[in-house]
Amino acid sequence: MSNDTLPAESAAPSAQPAKQEKPASLWSDAWYDLRHNKVFIIASIMVSLFVAVSAFPGLFDTVGVAPVTCQLAESRQGISAAHWFGTDNLGCDVYSRVMHGARVSIVVGFVSAVVTGLVGGALGLLAGFYGRWVDVILSRVAEIFFAIPSILGALLILSIIGRDNAGITSVVLALAILAWPMILRIMRAAVITAKHQDYVVAARALGASPGRIMVRHILPNAVAPVIVVSTINLGAFIAGEAALSFLGVGIQSPQISWGLMIADARNRFLEAPLPLLFPALFLSLTILSVVMLGDAVRDALDPKLR
Amino acid sequence: MKNPSIDTHPPADEVAQEPLLVVDNLHVEFATRQGVVRAVNGVSYTVNAGESLAVLGESGSGKSVTAQAIMGILDMPPARIPKGEVRFRGTDVLQLSEQARGQIRGQRIAMIFQDALSALNPVFTVGWQIGEMFRVHRGMSRRDANNKAVELMDRVRIPAARQRVNDYPHQFSGGMRQRIMIAMAIALDPEVLIADEPTTALDVTVQAQIMDLLAELQRESNMGLILITHDLGVVADVADKIAVMYAGRIVEHALVHDIYKNPAHPYSKGLLDSIPRVDMKGQELYAIKGLPPNLLNMPPGCAFHPRCPYGRPNCVTDVPPLYEISGTRGSACHYYREVLDGTVQ
Amino acid sequence: MAPSSERILEVRDLVKHFALTQGIVLKRQIGAIKAVDGVSFDLHRGETLGIVGESGCGKSTLAKLLMALERPTSGEVKINGIDMAKAHGGELKRMRRNIQMVMQDPYTSLNPRMTVGDIIGEPYEIHSEVAPKGDRRKKVQELLEVVGLNPEHINRYPHQFSGGQRQRIGIARGLALQPEIIICDEPVSALDVSIQAQVMNLLEKLQNEFNLAYIFIAHDLSVVRHISDRVAVMYLGKIVELGQDAAIYERSSHPYTQALLSAVPVPDPEGREQRERIILQGDPPSPADPPSGCRFRTRCWKAQDICAQQEPLLEIRAGGHYSACHFAEEHDVLHV
Repeated sequence: MSNDTLPAESAAPSAQPAKQEKPASLWSDAWYDLRHNKVFIIASIMVSLFVAVSAFPGLFDTVGVAPVTCQLAESRQGISAAHWFGTDNLGCDVYSRVMHGARVSIVVGFVSAVVTGLVGGALGLLAGFYGRWVDVILSRVAEIFFAIPSILGALLILSIIGRDNAGITSVVLALAILAWPMILRIMRAAVITAKHQDYVVAARALGASPGRIMVRHILPNAVAPVIVVSTINLGAFIAGEAALSFLGVGIQSPQISWGLMIADARNRFLEAPLPLLFPALFLSLTILSVVMLGDAVRDALDPKLR
Repeated sequence: MKNPSIDTHPPADEVAQEPLLVVDNLHVEFATRQGVVRAVNGVSYTVNAGESLAVLGESGSGKSVTAQAIMGILDMPPARIPKGEVRFRGTDVLQLSEQARGQIRGQRIAMIFQDALSALNPVFTVGWQIGEMFRVHRGMSRRDANNKAVELMDRVRIPAARQRVNDYPHQFSGGMRQRIMIAMAIALDPEVLIADEPTTALDVTVQAQIMDLLAELQRESNMGLILITHDLGVVADVADKIAVMYAGRIVEHALVHDIYKNPAHPYSKGLLDSIPRVDMKGQELYAIKGLPPNLLNMPPGCAFHPRCPYGRPNCVTDVPPLYEISGTRGSACHYYREVLDGTVQ
Repeated sequence: MAPSSERILEVRDLVKHFALTQGIVLKRQIGAIKAVDGVSFDLHRGETLGIVGESGCGKSTLAKLLMALERPTSGEVKINGIDMAKAHGGELKRMRRNIQMVMQDPYTSLNPRMTVGDIIGEPYEIHSEVAPKGDRRKKVQELLEVVGLNPEHINRYPHQFSGGQRQRIGIARGLALQPEIIICDEPVSALDVSIQAQVMNLLEKLQNEFNLAYIFIAHDLSVVRHISDRVAVMYLGKIVELGQDAAIYERSSHPYTQALLSAVPVPDPEGREQRERIILQGDPPSPADPPSGCRFRTRCWKAQDICAQQEPLLEIRAGGHYSACHFAEEHDVLHV
């Protein structure tokens, strides 16, 4: 600051020796907030753990989940050194199955969140930026999907597309089809706010093309709420996958999913609670950590909502 | 520091004839994430009945926070009043119970704000909102309160008051909304009216109407008026005396004619010198260098010293007290004599 | 540098009506807000034309029309003889290099997600022919220096600067393409009093240095007088008086100008009791339904029948400058 061209400016509040001399963008401010947020640290450790498990379940399981590892003779056992979470009705190791079940939850959750974020975000950007008939068409279409009750809609979609090809893709599709309109609405509202800001007017006055205005000026200022809602949605998608699998229209055996495990174990809950309790516990923990993550991200990106 | 108008510790026998409102060594601070912001640092001023005091300052000078502390509308926390008194007719209102303050607020000390649209409730008619003062504080019936509202709207010169009493705030123009705010403020004949930037959002011709109205209402009812503003023109037009605030302190207080003729603080002098004047056309304007201080990181000594053309070494170390120049005048500058004489360069 | 007689901007009969519509699907026009309704003036190279008027008089819409941010309903905006109002695509983009703006609010006019270097450098990215890629950073640093900021702060973000500094950044962005005309829309009204003079001085310095022509829109009449060579007074979408600054401020002949000048608080308490005050009654009429004839007649103390029947044209009248009043009469309100 000492060699400021205008000595007058040396008293600038920003010119006070800052804690970190690095230029601080709003994103890095948010990141700074996050790193100092205990909730975020706990939640992100938990989420990373679940992601690691879902990526390499083989590293975490003890017995494996191949059919040969299931010993009917050992069915419905309690907690032991060989079977940390006990065994299920068919004598399969619950711990290993829970580890392998993480993959479906995490993959469905993340892929659905990314797909809805991209699709809803892109369409919302277009609807908000161009307005007029683009907005009318996109918004009306979104409203139609918005009006479908979620579980019922997912059941319907899966019973149509999922009959022959049940699996992760179908579940993601069912969840995404129902969830993108919400992202569109949020993005559209944020874009409309950003569109009328003076800096957008200034860019237009410079002769910036619509593409540049959207990408450089509007998107960076409108994307924060979409990131927040997508993070929170992640938990809802994980719960949704479990619900659909539980209802029998989602993931099908022999694939492993927590929802499916809960469904399989529900009839013998009183005699053998462990095969139901452990997947349910992990499901809750995952959703909890993701929701905590979403809260922390929201606090960092939009301090006004606190 | 023997100054009748800002005396900090009047002898006990003077309390009986104390001025209408005395702000005495008031401190207000805010707890923020970055630290404690000392927004008001020992501000003292007095207002007598029928007198207009202008509090002049830039954003962040503490002029509005002082007013909010007088009204008791600060959010506490984050705000805190560690020191000071606000004596209204001899009673320190800061020590009163919330209920007792409620009896004063709006009834005996009233306030109008810059943004009339957000200060009015959009879902009630203006008549209902003006009448509310009478229903709540005077226990009037709805019909009587409504008649009172029409009367007040007439008094603040809203045309066709009887027809417009049932209109909603958005149906009025900015100037008319400010009149409605004034009507609500004067409804219960307050003894002190605080006007916080009442015309900043208005056009000059409307501003002239509103300032005219305020002056007339003040004459009629002998109210004490505290006018908070950053506009040197408005001050010169209506004020009897003036307190100039900078970084949470009063740096100069004086009768209005004195300060415009010959300011006694470099900051007031700088403000007055930076007004564009006809004979200065085409020349560079005098500009106070630098920027207002960051309240989180105040310069040591005199808060104005980094921007001051008169700055001397002891300005960096010693906080100047409010030196008394005459019975009605004080300046918080070690070198006020030189500023007055114009001898320091 | 004194303004030359070369006309750099010619505005002729500029009209902007915003349609008022009813219905959602089948829109039906039920009226129009006549925001700018027949405005003509010239701007010379190196000159400052001040435009004053109250909210709703159309001065901000006029700024948008001059910047081609809005298309006029009719009329011409000629820059160096070429009509910008009819230009499109590449031609319009090229013309924008010649006319830039400084906005009112330094807090909303800078993209908070971009560094100062990106903000001031953006004009070069859009008009890549102006400066080759390698030169841009240097050019941005030069601009920072020109507006009195530290060139080393190129990587900082807007929120790290104060209001006055942000306004300097906005000015640097406006200067980047070396325009001949800069529209200043209330450039100092959002700033603290002690900062206003700094920015005013900067604008004057830049004008002298680069021979810029300014359209200086403001509601603060003393600021306008200080910087302007000529002043236009607007009321309800029309220019009611136009002339040299001294003519407008000392020999105004339009009643609205006189009322406006008399309403401006004078920062000097001497003789305030004797000061002449013309307090206008009521508010300006709606621009959707302006009065017939002279638009000011509903608030004018001189109004007669002719004012309702016949619109007074903006022509040279008493006082020797343009005035749009049937009863134009020279009158010094301020006595300065």
